[in-house]
Amino acid sequence: MSSMGPAIYIMWRRQMTRFVRSKARIVASLAQPLLFLVTFGFGFSALYRQAGAGNYIDFLAPGIIAMAIVFSSVFSGIEVMWDRQFGFLKETLVAPVSRVALMLGRTLGGATVALIQGCLVLIVTLIIGFRPASWWLIVPALLVMALIAIIFTAFGTAMGARIRDMQGFQLIMNFIIMPIFFLSGALFPLAGLPAVMYAVVRIDPLSYGVDALRGFLINSASFGLTLDVGVLVVVAAVLVSVGAYFFAKIEV
Amino acid sequence: MNIIEVHHLTRTFGEVKAVDDISFDVAEGEIFAFLGPNGAGKSTTIKMLTTLLQPTSGTISVNGHDPVKEPDAVRRSFGIVFQDPAVDDELTAWENMEFHGVLYGVPKARRRARIDELLKFVELYDRANSQVKEVSGGMRRRLEIARGLLHTPRIVFLDEPTLGLDPQTRNHMWSYLEQLNKSDKTTVFFSTHYMEEAERVAQRIAIIDHGKIVAMGTAAELRAKTSTESLEDAFLALTGSAIREEEGSSADRMRMVHRARRGR
Repeated sequence: MSSMGPAIYIMWRRQMTRFVRSKARIVASLAQPLLFLVTFGFGFSALYRQAGAGNYIDFLAPGIIAMAIVFSSVFSGIEVMWDRQFGFLKETLVAPVSRVALMLGRTLGGATVALIQGCLVLIVTLIIGFRPASWWLIVPALLVMALIAIIFTAFGTAMGARIRDMQGFQLIMNFIIMPIFFLSGALFPLAGLPAVMYAVVRIDPLSYGVDALRGFLINSASFGLTLDVGVLVVVAAVLVSVGAYFFAKIEV
Repeated sequence: MNIIEVHHLTRTFGEVKAVDDISFDVAEGEIFAFLGPNGAGKSTTIKMLTTLLQPTSGTISVNGHDPVKEPDAVRRSFGIVFQDPAVDDELTAWENMEFHGVLYGVPKARRRARIDELLKFVELYDRANSQVKEVSGGMRRRLEIARGLLHTPRIVFLDEPTLGLDPQTRNHMWSYLEQLNKSDKTTVFFSTHYMEEAERVAQRIAIIDHGKIVAMGTAAELRAKTSTESLEDAFLALTGSAIREEEGSSADRMRMVHRARRGR
């Protein structure tokens, strides 16, 4: 087998080209996080302050950034399904390159797109009034954002390799992605949650992503940054492997 | 020398034998046609020859390599034009070519020269920077042919390449392929529903039905065998006149619905 580099690169570049070309998608992907940020942010701000918990926008911003990355990543990953539908998948599967390289290139491309969208949302939060605890710590926060992007793009790719239609996609969004987002603590503090719900939050991998982002951006990680980053790295490794496995199994 | 050798090839899907113990050879430099009614096993055979499906039993050799054991060696030796469009609509014609060239490891200088040469060859050079979604169905087909030739394959597979093409585009396409077949000794393996196309361009024809090869030879041999006047009559004599139901996968069906909606 020849080197995987060129195949990974060209798969990545295809995603970039498609992303840059779809202005509508860039705008649409900003609309939902903005809506959450404005309605929840300003809606609950007074209540949150009265409860003595501080600035809700600061608390919410990392959660919304994570949300933007998750949705963008899953969409990118699930594009495998569209490639199958529109035939382009076959073009890549008959090429003399390993499927692992194809999957890695695709995942890195989707994750890069999601990371860029996460950065755009970060800029939007700054405009709305979010202020990180330290500007310098945005750098490690970007690494956490990249990990979240890789996890959910790999997840989307694994799902996209298995499902064949829009119904399957809707099921995944409604029964996996929405619960993962709502139960990650992106919108509310974890202190004082009912025990059962807290237990669910603790098995949601996104909880650790959101917690790590809060750790770096507003200096408030409830699980501890070491645990957060450790969990993210392990989950990313597992999902990339699972995605590569499912991708290698595709028959057209 | 035989560039394709198939012995006792079988592929089953559950209970159904899509391809049932077929054997045939294709000589290097030959133009070989695969005819058969819907669901006869043409696409399944092509998918096995091109590493997209694993055979249930039997052996295949493509350019001296086994698609199961050495898929990458086989993949380097052929170019393919699929039955359904397989280009990225969002990319330009040039970008689709570049993508293919990089994926096949064609070195940059040679790749760029080949892309220009082939886009001129299929008369798409002045549309090189148009996104594929902006060009006509005939142009997409020509782009797919150019792309399939980019890495100078020894064999070109075409699965019903002229489906839905107007006679002008069809003639154009065959004149490129015949020219290439003469100049480079490129082997051409294609499936089609158009009898006159097979009769005109193919040196040898195999007729497949219910997963089995029912006849093989030149068009003249097939006519003589069935005592008929035309290849179409020979085909009907060999395969009967009952209309076949094509068993498509859910993806095929959805693609068909989608295509009908888009009016292609």
